[in-house]
Amino acid sequence: MSKSTLDPSLADDATKDESKATKPVDYKIEKLDFPDTNYKKVIQTIVFGIFRCAAGVNGLALAIIIYFMASNGLSAITWTFLTQPPTDSMTKGGILPCIVGTVCMSLGAILIAYPIGVASAIYLNEYARPGKMIRIIRLGINNLAGVPSVVFGLFGLAFFVVWMKMGVSILAGALTLAAMSLPVIIGSTEEALRSVPDTYREASLGIGATKWQTIYRVVLPAALPGILTGGILGVSRAAGETAPIMFTAAVFYTPYLPSSPFDEIMALPYHIYVLATAGTEIEATRPLQYGTAIVLIALVLGMNLAAILYRAKLRKQLS
Amino acid sequence: MKTNSQTTDKAMQTTFFLIALASIMILFMISVFLFMEGLPILNHVSLRDFIFGEYWYPTSDPPDFGIYPLILGSIATTFVSAAISIPLGVMTAIYLAEMASVRFREIVKPMVELLAALPSVVIGFFGMVIMAPFLQNWLDVASGLNLFNASLMLGFMSIPTICSISEDAIHSVPNNLREASLALGATHLETIIRVILPAAISGISTAVILGMSRAIGETMVVLMVAGGAAMVPTSIFDPVRPLPASIAAEMAEAPFRGEHYAALFATGIVLFVFTFTFNIVADYISNKYRQVGDSTL
Repeated sequence: MSKSTLDPSLADDATKDESKATKPVDYKIEKLDFPDTNYKKVIQTIVFGIFRCAAGVNGLALAIIIYFMASNGLSAITWTFLTQPPTDSMTKGGILPCIVGTVCMSLGAILIAYPIGVASAIYLNEYARPGKMIRIIRLGINNLAGVPSVVFGLFGLAFFVVWMKMGVSILAGALTLAAMSLPVIIGSTEEALRSVPDTYREASLGIGATKWQTIYRVVLPAALPGILTGGILGVSRAAGETAPIMFTAAVFYTPYLPSSPFDEIMALPYHIYVLATAGTEIEATRPLQYGTAIVLIALVLGMNLAAILYRAKLRKQLS
Repeated sequence: MKTNSQTTDKAMQTTFFLIALASIMILFMISVFLFMEGLPILNHVSLRDFIFGEYWYPTSDPPDFGIYPLILGSIATTFVSAAISIPLGVMTAIYLAEMASVRFREIVKPMVELLAALPSVVIGFFGMVIMAPFLQNWLDVASGLNLFNASLMLGFMSIPTICSISEDAIHSVPNNLREASLALGATHLETIIRVILPAAISGISTAVILGMSRAIGETMVVLMVAGGAAMVPTSIFDPVRPLPASIAAEMAEAPFRGEHYAALFATGIVLFVFTFTFNIVADYISNKYRQVGDSTL
């Protein structure tokens, strides 16, 4: 390299070589142009086909799970199944106590978590300025979202059941589920608040309203539908979880419906687990297991579907 | 009147700030109570024997509290499930963000969200009742309840996490990068592989880590499907007993505040530390390598 720059003749040679080389290369490109694009197109079609299949596999998995559950379980769903307590040591009868238990507990959880979640989201999205504090709070929320459900169960057992002496009860279960669904609520509320255009806030502040008046009168009403969607997602998350209530609220069997927040209860997800693994007649109670699973799926996916459709409608209106 | 509303404003801000601290408080309480109930196990076994002990026989006399096989069980299921969920999740994300028509996206996206919403106990039940007999017949293995089946179910549970975060990352790649690449004559596929994926890689890594964190902490699936044998797996079709399965299965029978009870809480600490680390790393990556403009590529 250094030689060629020092010696003019060598440098000349090099440029000559290059100019000689360019012509055939140019020609080559021109000639290969069509087959090359075709080849690339074929590759692209194949790879895109694989991507498309990957996306399809998700839908297929959902469809397979729901198909098998429905085809095996729908016959178990009868009026008696939905309105009677289990009989004959849980081999016959219905699942009314489980439905009541799950509804009570997830509603309880949302009553506790919803105000806290919405207020946290308001602080994060409306008041907080970028800085160390907000970084720490966000890190806390992200980590709370990542805590395994069984660890929430251990926490609920150690803190609510034992330390606060609530015993195995609806209240302890609802508090544990509340802690778990908090990040879900915060996340979707923040999304709802973010989707309110800044011009709304500026207009309100511009005519002399305080920050709180702006939030209360302008931002919250505009974001309300989105915030409600977050609540629905929170309830559905709480209703479907098993591990957090295993040690804190749910029991194998109780013939009574709950009458106070300190009662222990049966719950749909735990009932499926118990019947499928710990019952004495696992094969004989298969229809009951499928039936319970169908009720749980209908409850959880129904709420989610409602939330998703509603949110899609909202997004269309906003855009 | 004016001062009144300003006082309210100040008061509300403080209130909201205090409430926003709730998440951190809960996280703090979780660690305090886990350590309070779990640390007493160190009076019975050393930390080394607890983590690296090869035998988990908590109910025999004298009991053995070595969670090494449980940790390996967790790691094995997580990695095998990642081998399923990462390609599927990222490809679905690319499809959704880059290729799908608006109509198709509106069908696939809710599907992925619904997959995320399926209760874990239902997926565990499906794996146990339908997938296990199927695998047993099809692959001719001793039991369908094994590492592979559990990983398959876990994989499908972590796809939605990986997919939605990756899609956000791909979606937020500035459009002029895309246009520049296409204008240079690159095909759509070349643009995706050479330009968009490198630009979105921090978001995709975050997605992958969070997906694996979800898989390692998932309880009901591994409790019902993994087979429950507390031994070091030697093949992909061996039954395993991951950490969460052990906690969930044994807590009901562990005597209150006994050694076994403390050992299970200590197992919870290990699990908590695992997911906590995963989350911190994910947070670090997403903040450190955030794609700010198009100049940082």
